[in-house]
Amino acid sequence: MRAARVERVASSRQQQLIANTVTHILLIVLGLAALAPFWWMISTSFKTEFEAFQIPPTWLPLEPTLEAYGDLFLNQPFGIFLYNSVKIAVLGVGGQLITSSLAAFAFARLDFPGKNVLFIIVLSTMMVPYAVTVIPLYIVMHRVGWVNTHLPLIVPAMLSSAYGTFLLRQFMFSLPIELEDAARIDGCSSFGIYRRIALPLMKPALATLGVFSFMASWNNFFGPFIFLDRKHLFTVQLGVALVQRQWYTSWPRLMAGSVVVTLPVLLVFLLLQRYFVRGISLTGIKG
Amino acid sequence: MAQSQALTRLAVRTKIQGIRWHRYEGYLFVAPLIIGIVAFIFLPIAASLYMSFHTWDMVSPPELVGLKNYARLVSRDRLFWKVLGNTFKYAGWIIVPSVTFPLILAALLDRPIRMRYLYRLAFFLPLVTSVVAVGLMFRWLYDGEFGLINYSLSWVGIDGPNWLSDPFWAMPAVAMVTVWQGLGYNMVLYLAGLQGIPDHLHEAATIDGAGPFSRFFRITIPLLTPTMFFILVMSVIGTFQTFGLIYVMTQGGPINSTNVYIYYLWQMAFGSSKMGYASAMAWILALVIFTITMIQVRLARLWVHY
Repeated sequence: MRAARVERVASSRQQQLIANTVTHILLIVLGLAALAPFWWMISTSFKTEFEAFQIPPTWLPLEPTLEAYGDLFLNQPFGIFLYNSVKIAVLGVGGQLITSSLAAFAFARLDFPGKNVLFIIVLSTMMVPYAVTVIPLYIVMHRVGWVNTHLPLIVPAMLSSAYGTFLLRQFMFSLPIELEDAARIDGCSSFGIYRRIALPLMKPALATLGVFSFMASWNNFFGPFIFLDRKHLFTVQLGVALVQRQWYTSWPRLMAGSVVVTLPVLLVFLLLQRYFVRGISLTGIKG
Repeated sequence: MAQSQALTRLAVRTKIQGIRWHRYEGYLFVAPLIIGIVAFIFLPIAASLYMSFHTWDMVSPPELVGLKNYARLVSRDRLFWKVLGNTFKYAGWIIVPSVTFPLILAALLDRPIRMRYLYRLAFFLPLVTSVVAVGLMFRWLYDGEFGLINYSLSWVGIDGPNWLSDPFWAMPAVAMVTVWQGLGYNMVLYLAGLQGIPDHLHEAATIDGAGPFSRFFRITIPLLTPTMFFILVMSVIGTFQTFGLIYVMTQGGPINSTNVYIYYLWQMAFGSSKMGYASAMAWILALVIFTITMIQVRLARLWVHY
């Protein structure tokens, strides 16, 4: 009887082993399929024009060269493009963290007439397609002279994040309220409570929101495309699209541009990955 | 005694005053957000509705035309119908793979296996990459003569088409890029859904003699239907908002076979300066998205288990 049990345990272990191996094989195949395009992008970016068009294609560049990258930074102002992207992202995200944390705190902790209605109105803006607002927004920006400045990309991002407010409010509900009550009894003002208690406790959620907004801003193509048409104002995304217009099939250059545009956001992602995953499962929305 | 009464009175008074002040204090906190939302979302919405009843080229003053923009779109603009059809075709190509592939990934990754973290990372990378980079990458992969995809197909003896310049293949080719990019995001949604399924259901089924496959199809899938529904709705809405990928990969071509809604709207607004006409298109889009979502919500009652 004991032998039978041992046998059964052994066979179930064997089954487990088989299942795990099959899982690994499937995941490796699928993972490689997901990553192969990236490999191809990086590899091509270090090739010469001639080698890029070789058949059969080479997996690794035979004569690796930085020609394509040199072209981007010397013949095109990619340094300026990078600076513009960073500037727009940092200012927009910073402002958004402040306005949405203030509003989230009020919606979660303070009581004022019309609070719930106001919150629903804020939420409802998440369903409005960007296409509906972008045309009048463009016209208004045109009137006030903001077209061909970075302001239409920074100011609305700073002030109108319903998504951020929603995410932070959800998070606030998971925080203990006792500390805040104690502070209030000790005579702390609402702003003091926000500043000294709520904000420090919200840090993980702020990081999540920050990562999402940074990526959204960095990867935004439509906005800069609509509002900017002077080269020195371009973001990296527009810069890469520009490279495509100039050299439609110069694959090393185009792939080098893609690498440059992907690298910063990849770094942010690798450093702050856990916040990213939590953001999706917390709200089910991508930003 | 008198002192304590006075203290009580003082406490009550400050409390009342405090409440009075606190009642409106919240407005200060939400003010920046509300001002932003009114200025950058509500006013533009109102302006857009107003403009959709006018023709306007941004040079001469707007001219009131009533419902003419809408009427022309629906009755005379053949390209509009083609574009609408293209957008549905695009959605049609992505729906099944976007719902199934990530589910397979999530089911594989939901088990405590080694290097789970690394695998997950691999499926996230496409998600954080911009549409410009992704679009260029795939333009190169899809290249008819030198692209890696056709080269791989030639190994198995298939002579691949020139994907992005073929009026039939261009749309599915673009759609597969969208599926690839959404893998990681939908996978996380499924993983969250899987974690919500209580273990005892699987245990009970195992005791009753259910094998892994029947457990997957009879327990896991029915309990994941809300997630599937969410992914379905979001994917379809997403196809109606795609611009960058089309701009980079095909510019709407060949012969408008990948010209989708927002791309056409952009051509009208910023290519032909028909601001009123494009605004009408934007409102039809809002209506279409709303209707599709409602239909999906209705149909959901038939197959989603909450």
